[in-house]
Amino acid sequence: MSRDKTNQKSIRSMIQENKSSRSQSAVMEKVVPKIFLICAIISIFTTIGIVFTLLTETFTFFNRISIVEFFTNTRWFPFTSDENADFGIIALIMGTLTVTAIAMVVAIPIGLAAAIYLSEYASAKTRKVIKPILEVLAGIPTIVYGFFALTFVTPLLDKIIPGGISIFNALSPGIVVGIMIIPMIASLSEDAMNAVPNSMREGALALGATRFEVAMKVVLPAALSGVIASFVLGISRAIGETMIVTIAGGSRPTADINVTESIQTMTAYIVQVSQGDTGYGTTIYYSIYAVGMTLFVFTLIMNLLAQFISRKFREEY
Amino acid sequence: MPLINKESVKKRMGTRLAANGVAKFLFILATCFSLLVLGVLIYRILSEGLPYLSLDFITNFASRMPERAGIWAALLGTIWVMAVTAPVSFILGVGTAIYLEEYAKKNAFTKFVQINISNLAGVPSIVFGLLGLTIFVRLLGLGSSVLAGGLTMSLLILPVIVVASQEAIRTVPREIREASFGMGATKWQTIRRIVFPAALPGILTGTILALSRAVGETAPLLVLGALAYVAFVPENIFSQFTVLPIQLYNWTSRPQEEFHMIAASGIIILLIILLIMNSIAVLIRNKFHKRF
Repeated sequence: MSRDKTNQKSIRSMIQENKSSRSQSAVMEKVVPKIFLICAIISIFTTIGIVFTLLTETFTFFNRISIVEFFTNTRWFPFTSDENADFGIIALIMGTLTVTAIAMVVAIPIGLAAAIYLSEYASAKTRKVIKPILEVLAGIPTIVYGFFALTFVTPLLDKIIPGGISIFNALSPGIVVGIMIIPMIASLSEDAMNAVPNSMREGALALGATRFEVAMKVVLPAALSGVIASFVLGISRAIGETMIVTIAGGSRPTADINVTESIQTMTAYIVQVSQGDTGYGTTIYYSIYAVGMTLFVFTLIMNLLAQFISRKFREEY
Repeated sequence: MPLINKESVKKRMGTRLAANGVAKFLFILATCFSLLVLGVLIYRILSEGLPYLSLDFITNFASRMPERAGIWAALLGTIWVMAVTAPVSFILGVGTAIYLEEYAKKNAFTKFVQINISNLAGVPSIVFGLLGLTIFVRLLGLGSSVLAGGLTMSLLILPVIVVASQEAIRTVPREIREASFGMGATKWQTIRRIVFPAALPGILTGTILALSRAVGETAPLLVLGALAYVAFVPENIFSQFTVLPIQLYNWTSRPQEEFHMIAASGIIILLIILLIMNSIAVLIRNKFHKRF
């Protein structure tokens, strides 16, 4: 009898509890999506923050140095008295483009060849061994590549190239940046080629084509948008690469193209300034934002171009 | 007269097959080049770095004398920065992913967030350094502190974590969600008790891989003003700090050969840390990955 009563009571209290917890969970249902929305908005604020900081500080810089001089002067020589200082971004852009060009000469043929081998020739077993190794190569920090460029590739080039090479130069970091990008181009291009349906390969093989002809005349044209997009993304990575060029490229900005001599890239300049004891509010301090803005615009254009290419020219099967 | 000239067909076939063989050889050569580079790189670093590697090297502070220099401050600095980065980037990244996959309606705003994230992933890391310098160091007045460095790193790896988490959430099949709804669970209950646990291995794998990228990242923290020469250990999140890659950069950029050697020893430690992190990530992926 008494047990019954307690039972009744507990059921009533259970219902009560259930009701209160239901109203609690109703509140949660409303609040939780808002919290997650805030998380998502923070990523937008990051972009706004980047654009806003770069724009405002670059604006301050252009109040001191004319925008015309910035884009037409070919000398970049900021560390001197204010009247003699030169802020001509072309010198830094040339440094960046030299390294990027060398990197792409290394990365495009080797990356693409590796991609073709992996997708058209290699057995599943070989692929299973090689792909993780490429991933390891992609996961090595850039500081390690920088060390490798300075202490191994530069001395090696010094021996190979007649007349030698200066300890800081464009060639060595260019080659190493290229090596760093190979896994990226290889895996993105391989993904694009893997997306080409097997029936097309089999059709060509049945007509008597060799594997090489299948790769070059069927698979590559079909996967071209993805392959080109991977090149463009590689260029973007090379432009934004910092530590390798800072360590092995030197700090002598020049608009002349001489790959055996010291250069300076946009990224290396930003590091150089933030390593020195440049005061807040000086022209040099603002100049890193102007350089950063140029760098940001370059990479953004490349990234948008890559997206445009892979969307616009994709062949659907 | 025979319709097919067998001789010429045979000849052409021969050249075509030869071209195929040569091409295959070149493709294999290119693939092996990457493996060769990796081998040389590891060999060089081990041969230069192993002689200096000792317990003292790990527990000593940086020094002007190479034989007494160590990485203790840098090692703890890296751990401090990661202690800030890991929770911040995990919460923001997973939150964004859950919003995009579970709550967001298919509208212009959602598409904008998605495009924004993929573009953020392509922004050079040094630009994040400039962002951190302006917003965290100067505007919020955090100084070149562990907190400023950790927050900057969080924003840097956020896109990677979001994308990895989205993919993990997408692999959770609709059926088990619907089963949960069918039992009377609300949306949040379903996400918390069904979707999130099922997607967790994938999310964790992505997060650890993103963090291992942050561990090796140098440029943004250099721009933030992280110190290159530190003889103290961070006491709290407002302390100044250095991290492992910055210490390595400092040693590498000195002209003396001995400092290059200890840089190589430091690189061995850095690579071991990354290897452990990646192994954990792979382990989680293989062990807890469920196929539905």
